[in-house]
Amino acid sequence: MKVGLFIPCYINQLYPQVGKATIELLEKLKVDVVYPSGQTCCGQPMANSGYEYEGEGACHNFVNNFKDFDYIVTPSGSCAYHVKKHYDIIPQTEEVTKVRTNVYELCDFILNILKVKDLGASFPHKVGVHKSCHGLRGLRLGSCSEVVGPKFSYIEELLTEVKGVEIMPIKRGDECCGFGGTFAVTEEAVSVKMGKDKIKDHLESGVEVITATDTSCLMHLEGLVNRNKQPLKILHIAEILNSSL
Amino acid sequence: MSHSQLASIFNKDEKKVDWHDKALWFVRHKRDKSVHEVKNWEELRNLGHGIKAHMLSNLDVYLKEFEANANKNGVEVHWAANAEEHNQIVLKILQENNAKKIVKSKSMLTEECHLNPYLEAEGLEVIDTDLGERIVQLAKEPPSHIVLPAIHKNRHEVDELFQEHLGTKPCDGDPQYLTGEARKHLRQKFIEADAALTGVNFAIAETGGFVVCTNEGNADMGAHLAPVHIACMGVEKIIPRQEHLGVFLRLLARSATGQPVTTYSSHFKKPADGKKMHIIIVDNGRSEQLSRPDFRASLHCIRCGACMNTCPIYRRSGGHSYDATIPGPIGSILSPGKDLKQYSTLPFASTLCGSCSDVCPVKIDIHAQLYKWRQIITKETPQPFIKKKSMEIMGSIFAKPSQFETVGKIARWSLRSLPKSMINSKPNAWGKARDLPLGPKESFDDWYKNREANKTKND
Repeated sequence: MKVGLFIPCYINQLYPQVGKATIELLEKLKVDVVYPSGQTCCGQPMANSGYEYEGEGACHNFVNNFKDFDYIVTPSGSCAYHVKKHYDIIPQTEEVTKVRTNVYELCDFILNILKVKDLGASFPHKVGVHKSCHGLRGLRLGSCSEVVGPKFSYIEELLTEVKGVEIMPIKRGDECCGFGGTFAVTEEAVSVKMGKDKIKDHLESGVEVITATDTSCLMHLEGLVNRNKQPLKILHIAEILNSSL
Repeated sequence: MSHSQLASIFNKDEKKVDWHDKALWFVRHKRDKSVHEVKNWEELRNLGHGIKAHMLSNLDVYLKEFEANANKNGVEVHWAANAEEHNQIVLKILQENNAKKIVKSKSMLTEECHLNPYLEAEGLEVIDTDLGERIVQLAKEPPSHIVLPAIHKNRHEVDELFQEHLGTKPCDGDPQYLTGEARKHLRQKFIEADAALTGVNFAIAETGGFVVCTNEGNADMGAHLAPVHIACMGVEKIIPRQEHLGVFLRLLARSATGQPVTTYSSHFKKPADGKKMHIIIVDNGRSEQLSRPDFRASLHCIRCGACMNTCPIYRRSGGHSYDATIPGPIGSILSPGKDLKQYSTLPFASTLCGSCSDVCPVKIDIHAQLYKWRQIITKETPQPFIKKKSMEIMGSIFAKPSQFETVGKIARWSLRSLPKSMINSKPNAWGKARDLPLGPKESFDDWYKNREANKTKND
């Protein structure tokens, strides 16, 4: 099984530690993983802003980078969702279809393709899970509160196996954090209010560390936590699953 | 003003935002509790979706069937291509019956057609009889929610409003007293009314009958007392058969308020002896929306308001920030179909979180339609130069890895080295309330390349 590691643009540039944790974790699990150089962005920022067509170059670049892999794994539900859902703007060649089918969010890949649950990690902290929307309602990485059906959550399934982790329940378990890409800037007031409310929910339930499948949501929450000097740490799920504290 | 401008004004009073958010989250939560008790809820949603899709594909057939059956029942059916025609028909009926005082139960269609000001300009008295509607009518405001029209007002504001308009005593916002007084006031209006206007929740092609759902019984009070009943409906309110009501009444009440059934689901079929019943069927842009493959499912909507209650943006920006008859997520996919330019900011008032689509009882893919409207709006309406240009530049940077690497280096250096005061200065809306991450010295790309190079060296 040949796995290509897809590191989203903002992780590559601003949160390299998330990328490192991801590759280290996959290597620990004996995955034959390669990071193809020449990666940029999946095209989502332009597309969600209404400029899907400006992202076509990014789409082609992505497909070229990843067409030869059996699986494409990424520490981002949102970017994986974008490739799966919105790469219909370029011609659907065999390569494009293959890439769209084989792209996986990290937790999903570990749990459902590698079929591993216990990663031997330990992390003795009270953790609050933020269920990023595109992963949750786009990729269905867990059940959401709106839909009636069996309850599940890939990220929590993996987290429960981590030694020392205490998952803290929050009141609004799957409400959006308010990031939303360019929404964070164009609708600044509402975006910030949503983030503040989300953080309050975690703080009130005694959370020490907020984690998620997506660094984009976390960057927004971290920005608020840092500005307001709140006693919270923000870590991507890969960093927790890769830790041995 | 754009949605974001109106939303930031609403957000100046954070306590009010919190209160608005909590009030609507409470309704969403009640909805959750009630739908999770229904074993086959998701199947019910599928059925609701399927029936509506079938109806829309055969709309002409069912509309004609409905008209024929309604006529047989002694109901007069009128057709209006647009709001203007609708208002003219209403006025004509009222004039023919010499009606001066009109009571109206909640109808978003008549809001859409701006019927009240039209009739008032003709010297007629129109009283909204739904309590929330009456409150906003007294306040001279449009409804801010389709099920809870006055949700943006607290009881103290209602207290003041009633003192001014209904002559009530100051009561420190006592809801019991205020509703009691509203009831007395409205009873008088019902008794005096020459005609009653209602909306239509479901019109049944098979029988020619229609159903109006209210929790206050105000539609019944109006329609049973007045000699003339005018019911106004959009074309998409048709359902093929009587038995389909079971699906929609269950979906509607639970989604709207978490009730197992609306307090009054009133079935109207024919006029009582000596009375008259009219139905006005209105298009007003609906067939145009039906002709847009990507957006036709927006016509499935049964106006439950669940997408508003669940929307984190709606809850924190208030219904008036949408400046449209139907606010919230569903309004943001309906309104651009009416006027793309006027409503061009609405599809962007969303994080595309998808909660609206998952909560929708008739499974409208609301967030997917928001995304699609965005693509159209940027092409067909004037956009700020900076937005357009920056997207073009981003697109070209992301198409070429070497450029991306250079830009990334500069960005990381700036974040690391420039003073915070400069980074968070005015043009950077992000920095107003949030810090930006510190730019790391090494990108993941650099780190990986070094690691691979070291590996080769060590081999």
